[in-house]
Amino acid sequence: MNTGFSGQGISMLTPVLLELGTEAQKQQFIRKTIHGELIWCQGYSEPGAGSDLASLTTKAELDGDEWVINGQKIWTSTAQISDWIFCLVRTEPEAPKHLGISFLLFEMNTPGIEVRPLVDMTGAANFNEVFFTDVRVPKDQIVGQRGQGWQVANAILGHERGSLAPPDAAMSRLNGVIRLMQQETIGGERAIDNPVFRDRLMRLQGRVMAMQYNDMRLLSARINKNQDTKLAGMVVKLIGTELRHEIECLGIDVLGEIGLSYGDNPYLRGNGSWQYQYMYFLGLIIGGGTSQIQKNIISERGLGMPKEPKLAASGA
Amino acid sequence: MEFGLSQEQVLLQDSITRYLKDQVPLDKVRAVAEDPGLDQSVWHGLTELGLAGLIIPEAHGGVGLGLLEAVVVGETLGYHVTPGPFLSTAVIAPSLLIAAGQTDRLADIAAGRYRVGVALSEAVGARLDAGMTVSDGRLTGKALFALDASADAYIVNGPNRQLYWVDAKDPGFTRALLTTIDKTRTLCELKLDQVDATLLTDDPAVLQAGLDAGRIVQASDSLGAAQCMLDQAVAYAGQREQFNRVIASFQAVKHLCAEMASQLEPCRALIWYGGHALSEGDGSARLTVCHAKAHLSEVAQFVARTSTEVHGGMGFTDLVGLHYWFKRIGANRQLLGSPEGLREEAARIQMLVA
Repeated sequence: MNTGFSGQGISMLTPVLLELGTEAQKQQFIRKTIHGELIWCQGYSEPGAGSDLASLTTKAELDGDEWVINGQKIWTSTAQISDWIFCLVRTEPEAPKHLGISFLLFEMNTPGIEVRPLVDMTGAANFNEVFFTDVRVPKDQIVGQRGQGWQVANAILGHERGSLAPPDAAMSRLNGVIRLMQQETIGGERAIDNPVFRDRLMRLQGRVMAMQYNDMRLLSARINKNQDTKLAGMVVKLIGTELRHEIECLGIDVLGEIGLSYGDNPYLRGNGSWQYQYMYFLGLIIGGGTSQIQKNIISERGLGMPKEPKLAASGA
Repeated sequence: MEFGLSQEQVLLQDSITRYLKDQVPLDKVRAVAEDPGLDQSVWHGLTELGLAGLIIPEAHGGVGLGLLEAVVVGETLGYHVTPGPFLSTAVIAPSLLIAAGQTDRLADIAAGRYRVGVALSEAVGARLDAGMTVSDGRLTGKALFALDASADAYIVNGPNRQLYWVDAKDPGFTRALLTTIDKTRTLCELKLDQVDATLLTDDPAVLQAGLDAGRIVQASDSLGAAQCMLDQAVAYAGQREQFNRVIASFQAVKHLCAEMASQLEPCRALIWYGGHALSEGDGSARLTVCHAKAHLSEVAQFVARTSTEVHGGMGFTDLVGLHYWFKRIGANRQLLGSPEGLREEAARIQMLVA
């Protein structure tokens, strides 16, 4: 399953171009992106820069009218099919780490880019590694000013957090579990007639229902700016990915031993989607800002709690 | 359509909050806990704000608002662990009377002249030898966990989900306060011996309307109480120092608070929708109410224990008083249907139970 296509370009880059792009960038990209003519990937994480994204080291140096990019990105979904990439690079090596980053846009067929698929626990390659060797990019393909890339990236991450775990998709999967439980029998008993499974199902349904109404509240607040929904929006990624993981888990559990089937197993149910999604959503619990990072954000920006004090410089 | 509270609803919440902060601080709650009879003074003040007639139509002397407003008020009362019979007198009893088309007593309730208790536990799940029999318009039997030990009259669940009105002054009426964990609201055991009873309805849908209204407001009470416990945890963690820093700067503590907030915040929209759907007669209302009360019972229970933990040893003391919220949340969970029972009801509503 490919969630990158709609996720990256339309729901993550477009809002940022609308907010921070030049008029020329808006004209060049937005229409084609929302029409699906341009597919984008996101170049953020690096092997050494995960939760501490601002420590990224992929560098871009100005040479005449071009940036010259060297370094490596990882967890780049849809890189193999993308036309363009929006990418964080270090352009000001002397500046403090949050102030030395810029946000560049460039074509994936530029010479010097190598995409290597990264096979994950599902058995599929949902992500890639992307290597840059002397990749030359026109100077004006920057969003915001030099050194402002961190702010631009944060504006996008705000859009990503909500879009990774939409509650309606969770309810749709939950309804799939209901159908599964009505069809599957273990020892002659339908799973839906097992009160323990049924209670797990109903408990998940109540939680998904809360997230659906929470989503309506968020939608409504986009129109009426007087409603304070800051916290309601911040929790969607944390709660939504966990919820999906648990829904897929119930789908596996009600299958009993058939639940361990995978790949070409003839007893596979739902094309293996319960097992696949169970693992895929563990990936999303980690990706897009881990659950632990989400909790930092919620406690600091949502509840006003202080940041963890920085360790004194050790001289290392 | 807008999914959020209106300016009027926010103002209603603000005015009650101001009154409670001023007139019913924790010291007052403690005083009522020592002497349950003092809850009448709290209730009297709230009736002057119009709470007794909140959902009673204007034609019968009430304010004429809906269950969404009752939910908003319920949340506020839960936040301040406010003592008194709001749930029984102002929510469940009027809902039952309105659904039954019995409107002649509404004006007295709205005016605060009556406190009406409700004895519905046997309809949710009869225990021991509780239950009522009727003969010649007289009720005999026992009801457990009736809401409000100081009410002037009670609406009692009779055989076949019939509802009866009984007066607490009837010579055959006796009641005994049941000590519970939650001292902010009173529960009692009713013993009726040939008590003169007025049949209000024999339509089981009326009882359901009362239960639904009570459940959604109770869920909002838990939401408010849990929100206050979260707020107290964040405030306490911001002051308490250990290892030369406030404990709010430790991720171990911050993550507990973030978990409470992230489970609690989406409940707000769920509760609002439940109240709105009941008032509008929306087809999904009953399912939403079952899930709302079940889900809030789980989330509030998590917040109750987690907030107490964030407070460390102080959370365990009587001095800080956090236990009033803890126990209120606990009582709400047990009353009018357990989470397990409500989830089974939710499954039944969707015809998932063979």
